[in-house]
Amino acid sequence: MRISYALALFLFAGSATIAFASAPDEFPKHKIPASADGNLVVGLCDGQTWVEVPGVKAGQPMTREQAQWAADRLMEEWRAKNPDKNWVNAAVEAEGGLTKLAQADTAPKPPKGAEPKSASPATDQVQTYGAFTERDQKIWKDSTEALIAEGNKIFHDASLLGSTDAISCDMCHPNAANTHPETYPKYQVQLGRVALLRDMINWCIENPVRGKPLADDDPKMKALEAYILAQRKGTPLDYGKH
Amino acid sequence: MMAPRHKSIETKHYEERDSFFADLARLGHLDRRAFMRIAGISAGIAAAKGLITPHGFQLVEMAHAEGAGQNGNGQGFKFAYISDTHLYAEKVNDRFVRSILKAVDDVNALDPQPDFVLFGGDLAQLGKKEELDLGAQILKSVKAPVKMMVGEHDWFLDMGEHWQSLFGAPHYSFDHKGVHFVTLMSVQEKDFWTPLGFTPEQRMHTVAGLDNGTQSRFEVGDEGRAWLKADLAKIDRKTPVVVFSHSPLYKYYRNWNFWTEDAEQIQQMLGKFERVTVIHGHTHQMLQNHIGNIDFYGMLSTAWPWPYAPEGLPKLTVQMNRPDPFNAFDGCGDGQFDVAASGMVDKLYNLWNRNPVTVRATYLESGGTKDRPPATTLASY
Repeated sequence: MRISYALALFLFAGSATIAFASAPDEFPKHKIPASADGNLVVGLCDGQTWVEVPGVKAGQPMTREQAQWAADRLMEEWRAKNPDKNWVNAAVEAEGGLTKLAQADTAPKPPKGAEPKSASPATDQVQTYGAFTERDQKIWKDSTEALIAEGNKIFHDASLLGSTDAISCDMCHPNAANTHPETYPKYQVQLGRVALLRDMINWCIENPVRGKPLADDDPKMKALEAYILAQRKGTPLDYGKH
Repeated sequence: MMAPRHKSIETKHYEERDSFFADLARLGHLDRRAFMRIAGISAGIAAAKGLITPHGFQLVEMAHAEGAGQNGNGQGFKFAYISDTHLYAEKVNDRFVRSILKAVDDVNALDPQPDFVLFGGDLAQLGKKEELDLGAQILKSVKAPVKMMVGEHDWFLDMGEHWQSLFGAPHYSFDHKGVHFVTLMSVQEKDFWTPLGFTPEQRMHTVAGLDNGTQSRFEVGDEGRAWLKADLAKIDRKTPVVVFSHSPLYKYYRNWNFWTEDAEQIQQMLGKFERVTVIHGHTHQMLQNHIGNIDFYGMLSTAWPWPYAPEGLPKLTVQMNRPDPFNAFDGCGDGQFDVAASGMVDKLYNLWNRNPVTVRATYLESGGTKDRPPATTLASY
């Protein structure tokens, strides 16, 4: 069961597309052939293995049982193609951190009561969610920094902001100074209501910048928020401060 | 047809005050009792109007005027300034054009007129010909003579070519009523653009970004320092010296070029003089400092205020209240310098949306113990 839980993370449904706001072109595409009967085809993350799910049309959801069936078939096929490999977390292995994890998984358990009582506490709970490596963290950090960099670019570029008067955010807020994102939400006296950081971003875009306000979920708004917040790392949150 | 000019309460107050002292000067030598009587009446009137507290009123300024008589080698005078207008072409951005026009109205309305008007640099935003031409044209309507200083926004598109064709050499000096004035080009940068293969536009855009770390630090440079050395060589150490530079001639905050790389060398060259004042633009905020024998005053911008830098702010600085983003003129303005015959320079910050603030040389030179101006209530974050 543990294997199929982990594997489920790597399944790509044939009709689904996974989009990343910051760097959509960096990820390999899984080319999965369409089913002759219009059935759902599920691909494995190796990009070479897929299975057709009978009784489920493309675009329809699978039941848990059907998904488990598809995961099991894919894993079987992958094992058949890769007979010499143990199914392990490649990233962990690359960091040399696997040995401990694998041993914890496979080593014979000592009989009950035989564990040394005075041993120092375990450093690893061997839980799927917590099992990330320095490499993982680097990838995540790079992804986060990419979003911040995108915000940095927009913050400094009047045309990306949609400005009609050549004014960009950095002209009044170098390094996002005096944007104080840590003070929101707060009652913004000049607006006569409680505002979030994005409300003030939009106020600036509409007024000094003379552009069109961004939707709350606009990728540019998200990037601007990311950049501004990143400039205040370490500043205590202090909502409502004036 | 001219629209009727609206005067703010501050303007009216300063006009009343100035005319009062003009009259007083005309009365000639008053004995102390008569002086105190008239000054007291004036202070009383002002207090009754609720304009200003009686303490620190005109009496202090009169003390300067009295000092002027004793000194004998000159006379007090005033000059005004407009700075950091950052003009785009009018069709690109009209707001900054309206701001410089407001400042020109301010200095033209001064009565008596200032002896001259200093332009503190950054006339243009991106150094374009049309931006500099627009600024030059607007400044022609200033009634008093204009003394030009160059800023980095004027320079780095064509390396000062058009600016110099309009306004002449960026380094120059002149003497006025016993004071030696020096205008420095302090925003040279070491060549960062050639290795990066930048176009002139990319170079200008990089320098125009305050937080753009790709650029070098400002400096007067070898050539500028050699020029300054030669210029100062012929000046007596007792002569008051006032230096205009676009960047502050000390090190405040490196990341934003609130900074001059060879500041210490310049300060040393100015060290032999008894009284030196440095007046600079670039920082767009109320900013003062005192180092050795030098008083430093930063000028306001007409275009936008900068926030105070996260570190390095001189302890003596009287901060201005955090600007209101909902008012395009708040934190902006222009101002005047009041030069006593002794060479002491007081600065009036004429903030457009607030009460004016005067910072006196005595405040800076007493280490902040005398004549402290009102403090801010809303500090920078």
